[in-house]
Amino acid sequence: MSQAAQTAEHGVPWPSNGISEIPFRVYTDQGQYHREQERLFKGPTWNYLCLTVELAKPGDYVATTIGETAVIVVRDAAGAINAFVNRCAHRGNLLCLERQGNVKEFGCIYHGWIYDLAGQLTGVAFEHGVRRQGGMPPEFRKEEHRLQQLRTAELGGLVFGTFSDATPDLETWLGADVTRGLLRVMNRTPHVLGRNTQVMPNNWKLYFENVKDTYHASILHLFLTTFRINRLTMPGGIYINQDGGNHYSFAKLDYAAEDTEYKNAGLRSESEFRLQDNSVVESVDEYGDGVSVQILTVFPGMVLQQVRNTIAVRVIRPRGVDKTELEWIHLGFDTDDEAMTERRLRQGNLIGPAGYIAMEDGCIGGFVQRALHYNDDGAGLVMMGGHEAESQPFRASEAAIRGFWKHYRGLMGD
Amino acid sequence: MDDLALRLGVQELIGEYAERIDEDRLEEWPDLFADPCRYLVISRSNHEAGMRQGVMYAATRGMLLDRVFSIRRANLFEPHRYRHVIGPIRLKEVTGQVAVVHSHFIVARIMHDGVTTLFATGRYLDRIDISTTPYRFSERIVVLDSDKIDTLLAIPL
Repeated sequence: MSQAAQTAEHGVPWPSNGISEIPFRVYTDQGQYHREQERLFKGPTWNYLCLTVELAKPGDYVATTIGETAVIVVRDAAGAINAFVNRCAHRGNLLCLERQGNVKEFGCIYHGWIYDLAGQLTGVAFEHGVRRQGGMPPEFRKEEHRLQQLRTAELGGLVFGTFSDATPDLETWLGADVTRGLLRVMNRTPHVLGRNTQVMPNNWKLYFENVKDTYHASILHLFLTTFRINRLTMPGGIYINQDGGNHYSFAKLDYAAEDTEYKNAGLRSESEFRLQDNSVVESVDEYGDGVSVQILTVFPGMVLQQVRNTIAVRVIRPRGVDKTELEWIHLGFDTDDEAMTERRLRQGNLIGPAGYIAMEDGCIGGFVQRALHYNDDGAGLVMMGGHEAESQPFRASEAAIRGFWKHYRGLMGD
Repeated sequence: MDDLALRLGVQELIGEYAERIDEDRLEEWPDLFADPCRYLVISRSNHEAGMRQGVMYAATRGMLLDRVFSIRRANLFEPHRYRHVIGPIRLKEVTGQVAVVHSHFIVARIMHDGVTTLFATGRYLDRIDISTTPYRFSERIVVLDSDKIDTLLAIPL
């Protein structure tokens, strides 16, 4: 019996059929958490695995997780990308312990079972016994045993995996808008500038909702307003796919006007609330479309961000009902010169665990989680901008959060 | 230069650094750096892989001052302090007016409600400008042993 099967037939009850009242127990209930692992992370969803460039050569592998489940993704000798559960078919031992590496085959350290790069069992230590004693019974066939396989897909240099045969192909599942948004950012060959993991004391959904929440940014994150950085923000909008769980929001910036602003800043009297060094926000329009912020999510656990010239993949990894690990993978591109790299590194202060406009997101979910502790009756409200989860040409809205719950309820079956 | 005097000057700078952070004198923290400078908080795995993006970075004293102003005026988080415990300094090399110094640290985080946890361990890889006294950091790379940061990093390490 799986962990999920130990839970009730149904998840946490909802107050209505809508998606604008969210029962607080979804963030605290252990049974709900198990059900999410089975129905969302191992369900018909595409989950980020790694970058294509991390699998450059045959045998290159990355050991990662989808939700709580350990998986391996590897490039085989024919050049295909394969993914499977990181669990030996014999006794269930972890096959890969290192995060990344290159192998000819996967060997289990426990009893020496060997798998090829497609996950097929090819070797069993002492299969025929020792001195004709012991060994596997005659009906045992290696070809009948393999590692549990996932489907994989690539888009824009990102590799995704799914446990389900029912998941539509990646681009169909993302939807045309979100596919376009992903390819807009990932339009060159990426490399990793750095990675780190932020451990947050809250349910994973509180972070994912925060990312989809276009309402909170100018309220919770006071850095830009405190330093009177004139954002000269022009209209943006939100695109939400049919299922609701994939989205991107964007806003444009008048880069030329901002540049003039900085040049003139030196002429004005110095305020103590002016940045001493503007290089942390000095950005260039690297996509040539004026969009300075694009936040894209892929249900249930990936974020692709462009905040000015910072590009990052964020992977949301549930680690218990009230603990979440958020991996930040900061990217540069093959076309970057040293000036561009330095620009990305300086603007890197805006994001991540110490980010000027992001650090509050690391603690706000924990505050909610504490408020819900033994106080999780009732429901929260996400009604800004209406009750539906439609694409909108403005951002003072919680539509993308409602989109999350639309997709969530559809898969959870409650 | 007298090796003992050099070591004492370096020791003083490194001790002063921890005191200014731990005693909440953050406004005086940027004065311990030359300008321009390099201050970088990065995990060991990133650093050893030759990657340059950490979690906090400053290339000028102005960027350090901005970090302090932002912590004081803009960023929202639960009040907390650090306690640095710094091991013996290792004087690796002296070239001209620059001393290369390594030391190691553990930092406890004390939340406003008293909850105290081991927040970070790692090494300081310093390049110290010894051309004037008191000495100043021309580069301080804070190499964290772990890739993981609990909740957030507001106060510099």
